[in-house]
Amino acid sequence: MSEQKKTAAHEPLFHLAKRSSVNPVAAMGIRLAAIVLGLLVCGLVAFALIEKLQNNPGKIGDFYYSFIKGSFTSERKLWKFLKNMAVLQCISLAVTPAFRMRFWNIGAEGQTLMGVLGAITMAFYFGGKVPEWQLLIMMFIAALIYGAVWAVIPALFKAKWNTNETLFTLMMNYVATYVVSYFLVIWVPSGSSTLGKLKFGKLPPLPFGNQYLLIILISLALTIFLFIYLKYSKQGYEISVVGESIRTAQYSGINVKKVIIRTMVVSGLLCGLAGFIIGAGLDQSVTTESVGGQGFTAIIVSWLANFNPLFMIVTSALISLLNSGAAQISQDFNVSGALPDVIVGIILFFIIGCEFFINYKFVFRHKETGKGAAK
Amino acid sequence: MEKKIALSMRGITKRFGSVVANHNVDLDVYEGEILSILGGNGCGKTTLMNMISGIYFPDEGKIFKNGEEVVIRSPKDAFDLRIGMIHQHFKLVDLFTAAENIVLGINEKGQHNMKSVNSRVAQIAEKYGFHIDPQKKIYDMSVSEKQTVEIIKVLYRGADILILDEPTAVLTPQEIERLFEVLRRMKADGKSIIIITHKLHEVLSVSDRVAILRKGEHIATVDTCDATESSLTEMMVGKKVTLDIDRSEPVNVQLRLEVKELNCIDSEGIQVLKDITFTANSGEILGIAGIAGSGQKELLEAIAGLQPIASGQIIFNNPKKDKPVTFFHKSMYRVKELAAQDAFHDKEGKPMRLKGMSNAQIRAQVAAENVLFREDEVMNLRGKTPLEIRSLGVRLSFVPEDRLGMGLVGSMGITDNMMLRSYRKGHGGFVDRKKPKALAEDIIKELEVSTPGVNTPVRRLSGGNVQKVLVGREIAFAPKVLMAAYPVRGLDINSSYTIYNLLNKQKQNGVAVIFVGEDLDVLLALCDRIMVINSGKITGMVDARSATKEEIGLLMTQTEAPTKEVAQ
Repeated sequence: MSEQKKTAAHEPLFHLAKRSSVNPVAAMGIRLAAIVLGLLVCGLVAFALIEKLQNNPGKIGDFYYSFIKGSFTSERKLWKFLKNMAVLQCISLAVTPAFRMRFWNIGAEGQTLMGVLGAITMAFYFGGKVPEWQLLIMMFIAALIYGAVWAVIPALFKAKWNTNETLFTLMMNYVATYVVSYFLVIWVPSGSSTLGKLKFGKLPPLPFGNQYLLIILISLALTIFLFIYLKYSKQGYEISVVGESIRTAQYSGINVKKVIIRTMVVSGLLCGLAGFIIGAGLDQSVTTESVGGQGFTAIIVSWLANFNPLFMIVTSALISLLNSGAAQISQDFNVSGALPDVIVGIILFFIIGCEFFINYKFVFRHKETGKGAAK
Repeated sequence: MEKKIALSMRGITKRFGSVVANHNVDLDVYEGEILSILGGNGCGKTTLMNMISGIYFPDEGKIFKNGEEVVIRSPKDAFDLRIGMIHQHFKLVDLFTAAENIVLGINEKGQHNMKSVNSRVAQIAEKYGFHIDPQKKIYDMSVSEKQTVEIIKVLYRGADILILDEPTAVLTPQEIERLFEVLRRMKADGKSIIIITHKLHEVLSVSDRVAILRKGEHIATVDTCDATESSLTEMMVGKKVTLDIDRSEPVNVQLRLEVKELNCIDSEGIQVLKDITFTANSGEILGIAGIAGSGQKELLEAIAGLQPIASGQIIFNNPKKDKPVTFFHKSMYRVKELAAQDAFHDKEGKPMRLKGMSNAQIRAQVAAENVLFREDEVMNLRGKTPLEIRSLGVRLSFVPEDRLGMGLVGSMGITDNMMLRSYRKGHGGFVDRKKPKALAEDIIKELEVSTPGVNTPVRRLSGGNVQKVLVGREIAFAPKVLMAAYPVRGLDINSSYTIYNLLNKQKQNGVAVIFVGEDLDVLLALCDRIMVINSGKITGMVDARSATKEEIGLLMTQTEAPTKEVAQ
């Protein structure tokens, strides 16, 4: 060994090691720390970008207060927050069965949009011609069918020709947008292509409580249903086996193609249901932006919750809180619409990035051995 | 003769989380010797060697090369110190030639002058007695040729300490002998060779000294001349174990499974099985020997309904004549189906058609053993899916080679893995976890599976325990045919013997056992007959009580079936 090499050879300062078991309490601590850190970085970024803050650094407290203000300061805001969360939760639940099967369905946006279109198509053609309750049932069924059809097409191709589901479902989103544009052109020949609020086909609120209570309860019921379906049903068991290993599934006699198709139908039906909630319960109309990217946000919600419907309540609340908080900030500080996206992006970056620190740890150089090597 | 120490380790400790892979290990390697590292599965052999070759970094302890302390942070550091490791899974570029692979990653002048490289390779090969064509592409090579490339790669870099991780696992007996010859020459040249292994007879035949590891600790290093198989095992396991497999004489041997002229073509159009014809009998263990990848996997999967069959028959025989029906589904549909085909008679010999009876009445008749088969049951399993095979009432158990990728679901607990075969049972859309849980607890108790609980993901269990779970489940379904592919691969001696005993017990219970193995000593000691296959063809069927290892080794490499038909 040359002299030079020997002096260069010392123990590295640290190396990475996979944690053998993850303590759930410690994991929660790391996640909380990540959120706090993310908020701090948001503050720094905001300070750099917002002139109002630079002139008056004391306002930084207001900046953080806006996060909460966006959701909790009035009863109206609270209900709106819960409504947003409920819709997001519905779509997140919809993507979950496919994800548990490791079928990377990123087409919830399009499937939900088709659900909205299905509901509104019924309302547009049959509104006023049939009794309202009958119309609502028709809207409900149409939304479910539209959503399921949009989901089952990529599944059929996957089962038959093993096409890549990620690309396929992504492309189907664009097709859905154009289908909606097409109908808007037909329905609104004037050229504005914006369909106003329809008079018929509105999901009536519950006779008590807030106007959004029904939607919130539907989403809660769906959460429990999906939790039971995935954990205790034979179909849920099959989904888990297929997700883990297709070879194992075949070995145990599971018809993998059937499970893929059936699970995507379930996913599509749930997306359709979310579309019905948006179409009949909230908007009474359809635009190409009816779902507004929630189909993609839902993927993050589902993933962060580790595909567990009950955890999803927490993650969808977190994301909804972030969204409304960021919107509030842009309103309070009178800044451009891009800042909320920046803030949400920073915090998501920290939340997702911290998973690395949950699974891995740094092992630092031991003091004595370090000395030994330096000798 | 005074021997110089080439490499020594002092107080080496390595932890993975809470698992201690190596604890305070001291080890010396001399120049010009072959040292075997012996130990059960998961005892830290490979981890220890990975720390010398720069893949892992020790948490504690020091390594000395020729008396000087060194720090090895990466495989490159190890190469600079003239230490080379030949891994169990070869790390070669398939599309490159042998010579190109050998110089890959070396940064020196003339690296790409293939002429000089080829001549240097040829020189090394001649010196140690390798047979190699430097221009041959890796994808054209056999396993043993690839291994040769790996060894030369290390020698080319000037290594004087060579570590071989289970080098004989994939070789035939003849190839192993050739490898050992090469190793002896290297030793004579003054190189230090470390072999990781768990095969005792190899340790005894090739090495000078043996270091025994148990549960991450260095137990002892002994001179091979003072050691015997049983003394080494005792040190490895920590207690005395009997190494004899208790082979009973087959009783009540009956034809159970008949494979006729089976041909299989894989998805790439390659014929993986050619005209396979054999029989497996109840009360007998049929061994299948062959070099890895000779079609063993495809054969078992074809029988299990997992591999498409091009032509041929797989006939399942069940001698049921005049025996009562015992197997039925809740819906009784199979019993009704067979009754409609006039397959039953009652105790008086009158036809039993079960016409107009309710399910409860049929069940009562079955329970009273009043529904008897008229004929033996003979079924062709060709082209049937695993589910169809099972719903026909054919109890075929299969322990696949890939335990976590095929036999079990790694992320699920033992209970949920028990359900893989039985989750469809019961009415309604919900799974019943009660019975699987009871079964899981039984298996844990009877097979001494060490696990924190029935819901701990099986992926976290050690190899031996995973295998016990899988074999336990397959046996729990009271099979008529039990197929096991490499069931002891990677298992320590104790676990291996547990599995052999389980297979033997199944044989005594009248099950037709098909055992695909790689260790010829075990095959010869455990099986009644051994079928040898090579490149998807049967090259011989021998009586395990009279055959020799050399005879089987020869059949394993031979491409044509021998003219001499060996006894059934």
